[in-house]
Amino acid sequence: MALRTISIYRGDKSGGRFVDFQVDVEEGNVVLDVVLKVQAEQSPDLAVRWNCKAGRCGSCSAEINGFPRLMCMTRMSMFPADRPVYVAPLKTFPIIKDLVTDVSLNYEIAKTIPPFQPRPPDPDGLYRMSQEDVDRVQEFRRCIECFLCQNVCHVIRDHPENKARFYGPRWFVRLAELEMHPLDTADRRQLIREMAGVGFCNVTKCCTEVCPEHIRITDNAIIPLKERVVDLYFDPLRWLADRLRGRRPGQAGTR
Amino acid sequence: MPGYEVHEYDVLVVGAGGAGLRAAIAAAEEGARTAVVCKSLLGKAHTVMAEGGIAAALGTVDPDDNWRVHFRDTMRGGKLMNNWRMAMIHAQEAPERVLELERWGAVFDRTRDGRILQRPFGGHRYSRLAHVGDRTGLEMIRTLQQKAVALGIDVFMETTVSRILTDAGRVAGAVAYRRESGELLVFRARAVVLATGGVGKCYKITSNSWEYTGDGHSLAYWAGADLMDMEFVQFHPTGMVWPPSVRGILVTEGVRGEGGVLLNNRGERFMFNYIPDYYRAETAESVEEADRWYTDKRNNRRPPELLPRDVVARAINAEIKAGRGSPHGGVFLDIATRMGREQILRKLPGMYEQFLRLADVDITKEPMEVGPTMHYIMGGVRVDAETAATTVPGLYAAGEVAAGLHGANRLGGNSLSDLLVFGRRAGLHAARYAASLPQLPSISGDEVEAIATEMYAPFHCSDGENPFAIQKELQETMQDLVGIVRTGDELQEALRRIQALKERAQRVSVPGNQQYNPGWHLAMDLRSLLTVAEAIALCALERKESRGAHTREDYPKEDPEQGKFNLVVRRNSDGQPVLEKVPHPEMPEEVRKILEEA
Repeated sequence: MALRTISIYRGDKSGGRFVDFQVDVEEGNVVLDVVLKVQAEQSPDLAVRWNCKAGRCGSCSAEINGFPRLMCMTRMSMFPADRPVYVAPLKTFPIIKDLVTDVSLNYEIAKTIPPFQPRPPDPDGLYRMSQEDVDRVQEFRRCIECFLCQNVCHVIRDHPENKARFYGPRWFVRLAELEMHPLDTADRRQLIREMAGVGFCNVTKCCTEVCPEHIRITDNAIIPLKERVVDLYFDPLRWLADRLRGRRPGQAGTR
Repeated sequence: MPGYEVHEYDVLVVGAGGAGLRAAIAAAEEGARTAVVCKSLLGKAHTVMAEGGIAAALGTVDPDDNWRVHFRDTMRGGKLMNNWRMAMIHAQEAPERVLELERWGAVFDRTRDGRILQRPFGGHRYSRLAHVGDRTGLEMIRTLQQKAVALGIDVFMETTVSRILTDAGRVAGAVAYRRESGELLVFRARAVVLATGGVGKCYKITSNSWEYTGDGHSLAYWAGADLMDMEFVQFHPTGMVWPPSVRGILVTEGVRGEGGVLLNNRGERFMFNYIPDYYRAETAESVEEADRWYTDKRNNRRPPELLPRDVVARAINAEIKAGRGSPHGGVFLDIATRMGREQILRKLPGMYEQFLRLADVDITKEPMEVGPTMHYIMGGVRVDAETAATTVPGLYAAGEVAAGLHGANRLGGNSLSDLLVFGRRAGLHAARYAASLPQLPSISGDEVEAIATEMYAPFHCSDGENPFAIQKELQETMQDLVGIVRTGDELQEALRRIQALKERAQRVSVPGNQQYNPGWHLAMDLRSLLTVAEAIALCALERKESRGAHTREDYPKEDPEQGKFNLVVRRNSDGQPVLEKVPHPEMPEEVRKILEEA
């Protein structure tokens, strides 16, 4: 056990400040342990979200010493013992109280994405897919919706006005997962280009860097989506065929 | 008292884990106006922590598998305390529920010929668990969440239900509060489905999250429904033991399913010394036979590491007590010498990450240290096998909060399939019941006001008890006195302490205001925690035998006479719990025969 200082942001939308707490830190403690100890022993109204405490639910995202991380997977021992560890709420989302932010925007975006639309099954009623064909989709489906990628994406972090026209990395992962699903038949390219605003991403890979699931968001999801959109909008044969069928470019329909 | 919002639905689902979401989907597809209320954000429920897989006799890996074998395995694993009809429905419907997830976008690991891959698990004769690495629960909850969103089901996130409202004995709605603002919400509903999961937060060492405070168990009990089998609490054999702050976090049974073995500090595969007679005929005799089983299941028998969880948890407990444990009070679980690094990273990536990040252990190079952790409660709300209806008209229950399917011990993988099979049935029948009511039952403003007064009381009590301190004492009581091995004296002591804690819980106070105040939230959860803790201890005291997950040091043997009934707890008119021994439903002869099939 060693007495350490943890400095936690306390406040709400009207403002706030960092408050220091002295806590006995045990061997192996993660930041979430220490925050929960403060809550149980010193400040029962300290607001924090958490669930699984094992890096699987994505609830306890915060900015720890300025870097976006899951509190449950961040060991206290990675920070110098003689200096306070600072814990702040995600900056990109509006604060509710203390470490809890309003992430409802994400749940609203989820509603706008056209759902999975599978092809008919094989004659025996089953679907067959090879492991190689689903590896990439499984990578995307590892996402635990911690929204650290959303938090760190400077398109929305530095320009809140973009939230209305840019879905953010989590939602490109979701869209990529649907678009690359071997059974899916829907076409979401117009949405990806227009409502989701994939063009705003300028590939700085900040999202990939913070992903606790190590999903290669930029390389494997966003860049392929950009390519698909380009293919759709600048393929002259496709353009001609659509014109002849009387459809606008990118209009939803089966591939 | 302040005003409150009132919402009206046909079906209100409490809980957004696998059972709750599957129920909501079924209710909405049946045409009911449906809402889901959940304590956390959508997609964070405890189902997300399920790792190993969904048990369903798809027979993609072992073509000999079928529902009869699954039914038999489930009943035997539950020491025949299961409701046979639930076990039958479960085994028959699980495959279709899994295939349905695939039609909704789930992406399971594949066999070489492109079908759903299945892995072996404890107590299951064949490779039966459809899975995605070691994150099957995440795949399932995401798939159901996305389906529910596509259906446009209303979701009240970070909202806790405090009480079920009734009108002339049938369900009329619920009182809830928003965690964010502390505001009161009233739901008028024709039917309510409870899908709130378990009770793990009454224990100190548990794989369960803060949400698991026995809410649904208590809501049902307070509304007059029966609780059943509460003495049967599952300790998962393999939780992390070190460092202290991660003690209890789940280590998937999938490690053993993939070939991992348990070793004591002498390097012995000690499970060979703990094979019960009941399972001897189907368990390998030697290390060689056990190792051959993974590739040739027809001619070899299962390794003893894949015995049901109650057996393995007791064995680990005994090894540790005998001084043959690992340095931090567990035993060793070795996958490193059994599988190549690449394969471990593919099949158990979550375990790799968890041990590396939290314990500085590289599981591809060294063994893990593991020990039992409270994981699941087989007991819960007594329901009808076909409809998931409780004894209160309009009230349904599915998933961990319901009792019956798993009997005295649940097999790994049977929980996720339980959620799907009975979640769907609960939602469907709740919707049909709702449609059959000519009008919305009425609620009483006075009753709502009385409930609200009780809810906000901790703000008006000064210098009272700290709710976290009371929870901690309860957890220590349950861990020490109502744990894996129990005695009558200790259970009586536990009941005395629970009684004292109940009195202290009347006087909790919380600082701060109603806005996102975890201390206040816990103050309210304490009532349900204490309610379920008392029910568990009472039933454990009453069952004077050892069976499945319930082990009595003072009654170490199974007693055939006590194997004929389930214990039911309900609240009498004075608000006190009373017990009743309810005989098992009669099992038809042709069903009994299935149990004897070799």
